[in-house]
Amino acid sequence: MNVPMSGPMSVTVGVVQFPGTNCDLDTLDALAELGARTALLRSDETLLSGVDAVVIPGGFAHGDYLRTGAIARFSPIMGAVASFAGAGGPVVGICNGFQVLTEAGLLPGALRPNAGLSFLCRPQQLVMASVNHAVGHGLSPSDQLSIPINHFEGNYVCDRATLQRLRANGQVVMRYVGNPNGSVDDIAGVCNEAGNVVGLMPHPERATSELLGSADGRKLLEALLSAAASTRQAIGHHAA
Amino acid sequence: MTAAVSDSSSIHAALGLTDAEYERICELVDREPNHLELAMYAVMWSEHCSYKSSRRHLARLPTEAPCVLVGPGENAGVVDVGDGIAVAVRIESHNHPSAIEPYQGAATGVGGILRDIFTMGARPIALADPLRVGPLDEPRSNWIAEGIVSGISGYGNSVGVPTVAGEFVSCETYRDNPLVNVAALGIMPTERLVLGRATEVGSAAVLMGASTGRDGIGGVSVLASAGFDEADDDSTKRPSVQVGDPFEEKRLIEACLELLEAGLVSGIQDLGGAGLTCAASETASRGGTGMEVDVSVVPLRQHGMAPFEIMTSESQERMLAIVSPANVDRVLEICTRWEVSATVVGRVTGDGMLRVRDGMDGGVLAEVRASTLHDDAPSYDRPRRPPADLTLRRSVDPAADPAVGSSSASSSSDCAADLAAMLADPSWVYRQYDHQLFLNTVVGPGRDATLLRLRDPRDGTPTGRGLAVSVDGNHRWCDADPCVGTAMVVVEAALNLACVGADPLALINCLNFGNPTHPEVMWQLSEAIDGMAEACDALGVPVVGGNVSLYNETNGTDISPTPVVCLLGVHPDLVRRPIADELPPGTALMLLAPSGPAAHDGGAAVGAAAEHTASVADGSARQVALGGSRWAWERRGCRDGALPELDLAGSVATARFVAAAVRDGFVQCAHDVSDGGIAVAIAEMCCHSGAGVHARVPSLGSPAPAERSLFAEPPGRVLVAVEPGNTERLASAAAQAAITCRRLGSFGGSRVQIGRLAESGLDIDLALDDTRARWRGALPEVFSQPVDGAAA
Repeated sequence: MNVPMSGPMSVTVGVVQFPGTNCDLDTLDALAELGARTALLRSDETLLSGVDAVVIPGGFAHGDYLRTGAIARFSPIMGAVASFAGAGGPVVGICNGFQVLTEAGLLPGALRPNAGLSFLCRPQQLVMASVNHAVGHGLSPSDQLSIPINHFEGNYVCDRATLQRLRANGQVVMRYVGNPNGSVDDIAGVCNEAGNVVGLMPHPERATSELLGSADGRKLLEALLSAAASTRQAIGHHAA
Repeated sequence: MTAAVSDSSSIHAALGLTDAEYERICELVDREPNHLELAMYAVMWSEHCSYKSSRRHLARLPTEAPCVLVGPGENAGVVDVGDGIAVAVRIESHNHPSAIEPYQGAATGVGGILRDIFTMGARPIALADPLRVGPLDEPRSNWIAEGIVSGISGYGNSVGVPTVAGEFVSCETYRDNPLVNVAALGIMPTERLVLGRATEVGSAAVLMGASTGRDGIGGVSVLASAGFDEADDDSTKRPSVQVGDPFEEKRLIEACLELLEAGLVSGIQDLGGAGLTCAASETASRGGTGMEVDVSVVPLRQHGMAPFEIMTSESQERMLAIVSPANVDRVLEICTRWEVSATVVGRVTGDGMLRVRDGMDGGVLAEVRASTLHDDAPSYDRPRRPPADLTLRRSVDPAADPAVGSSSASSSSDCAADLAAMLADPSWVYRQYDHQLFLNTVVGPGRDATLLRLRDPRDGTPTGRGLAVSVDGNHRWCDADPCVGTAMVVVEAALNLACVGADPLALINCLNFGNPTHPEVMWQLSEAIDGMAEACDALGVPVVGGNVSLYNETNGTDISPTPVVCLLGVHPDLVRRPIADELPPGTALMLLAPSGPAAHDGGAAVGAAAEHTASVADGSARQVALGGSRWAWERRGCRDGALPELDLAGSVATARFVAAAVRDGFVQCAHDVSDGGIAVAIAEMCCHSGAGVHARVPSLGSPAPAERSLFAEPPGRVLVAVEPGNTERLASAAAQAAITCRRLGSFGGSRVQIGRLAESGLDIDLALDDTRARWRGALPEVFSQPVDGAAA
């Protein structure tokens, strides 16, 4: 699964696995195909050793029981993820990972059940809204992407003041073209103020090959690897 | 003495055993069985577990081929797909539970089928769900349908196995008996194949997973082996429906696969129908051993459960692992890490007995020979008889309805309305299922067949080949003629695989029928098995597993016979997507078909096959029959009539030709002509691609009303979209293969225009935009939901 890339650009991405996570192996595969070293991080671990970026992948952490992400945020690994994010390390939550990051307070807002009250798995047209964040390198605002969505709770909500702040700070990462779930302002992804923590409802790891319908997700994952490489040059491997 | 007999007779009858079966049990145990023993025989000898009405007929199916590693009779069939990779496949029904409690009934169907797959050592990679429900404009059927889809979505998505294929059929015949069939496939290195056997005496039996509760007691006997009638209040049977927990199942999958990977278990068996009784007796009797089970240590969900409840509970998400004593500690350790409960509840013995104890060295509560629960289960040769009105029904021509006129062309508005009413995009169903997980889905649900990347289970490396799956059934065909209809279903599955470039490899079936004590139902079952066997032989495809669901009846009315097949195929060289999403203007529309009546336009005689052509009422042997067509049933309310002729060899040749043409890139996309006939198939190609069409179709007999040409369903036909420069190449290749190939028209423009080759006018002329909107909106509308899933 690991396909190490030689040279200084080779970075290591940690992928978090909670009980009930199910996109962990897909995310590892997609990152490895792009040349990253990968490490599976179990949710009961308390340290992130030697990773340059963290992905919290999709799935149903702890069965989504109680509320999506509500139990996962208390996992030991989340303390380490918060420290890593606080030090400027790139952290990307995809789908359920996005839900976990909002529950953990690392991203603003929350994700409610889709307005149509049914699960949606389908290709989705998206437009980039900003690029000064962990998955923006190499992309331009208004770039169109086709990436699948796969969620029941993807209806992004936040209060009016937060929405104004997100817009003013360029924290809206991407928007839906044709809002599928009722998200406020068509928001499909947001980042924190520093831009190093990103939440995405679409699944970039599912769009890495034309054979599977789209390769647009590679652009976001490649951007993450660039962000990881920059972080590594700036702050070195995250100290254990 | 008299009192004792009447007492036990009331018990065995309440458990679903006949007097004769009870007497046989007394012989086998050589005394009067106690209540616990009787309960164990009742579940194991139920129709659901023992196949007592169908076993002797199932034996006529072909089950052998070089690719078969494990055939019918184990938890799942296993086939070798090359590169050291084995695929495990299995299908089951969860019909009766879903009629009572749609969400949990369907959800637990998914859970059960997944356990059958990882029991063999395979990681489940895909689910398929053929669903059949009542009329969707009736509130109860609508509620059942929505609950079933939600249950599959809720469980399948969460457990982390993509649902990549399915069917969604609505018909009156399923009003009180919805059919929820669930298929799963998994992959593994061939050397990891595990069988559910307890061979080593002294091994421990470890019960893993959820605790045991009162849910699902009698599921196989009370629910699945009896029909429904008016006296039933749903609430009386609801306790026999199990409740699912996908999060428990997800952890159980990961724990079991790790145990198998580490070689720590010698056999493993899921607890499904008949619960612990079935798992313990099956592992023991397959291994030629015995087993002792201590009910006092089984982790329980409720206090005060009686031993018979513990032994027959169908609580979900449980497995029984056979573990050599030296490995028990490591097994328990791995289970703890996955947060999976694991308890040693028994031990393998050498005496062939299944002994239930209260405490491992405590009193014996039940003692029966393990093999008698299986091998001595009754097998019935129930009376079979074709319906008395069979000949009369087959002599009807649905097109001869006075309202239609027997020969003249109908008005184009009727045909257009008929077409529009038969269009429904199933994406409302499959968009609720995660169908992309594991990054294998090249062609997803909603097309003829699903095509998955085949990757090496050891390291995920793509093999460059694909696995294809198609699930198919057609109750209308099988109602008209269960033998030929079933063969047509198998042929359709093969044509579906061909449309994504795959060749068939192995088949599993789910036989959904009515009450086996009705001779007409047994006749249907027997005929269907013969038709399936014939078609499988023609394709060279073995049957590697199956499931029989009987007693799909309510108030004495049986469902239309509904054999469902899941055909597995292989695409040998998966370098590009076999389906173009868009068709440029000028793309040719061509029909490929066996060179029989399926493609002819009423001209010359139709060759050697003509003598088999089903005759219609007016005696013309040249007309293709409309019996069993969707148009006849849904648009004319006519369930009578003969089926069109099936040219089995010609259809197989057509499937082979199409598969090769798709692989070679001769065609842009292919779509088989199935229910709704050629007009529906053409319109579906337009809806998928967003291209209009102008086409003229073969008339299928002369004289013929437009409906026959547009909506008849002669088997073996495939539509292909071809670049204009490739049409002659395709035609000459088809001629060499003795396949009929004719150009019907071209894609392009903004209208769907369909006429007949022999006529000058158009029978259908619809705006493409309206047609697409109707296709997309049909299902969301009936479920009062927005078309694209978003808020209105």
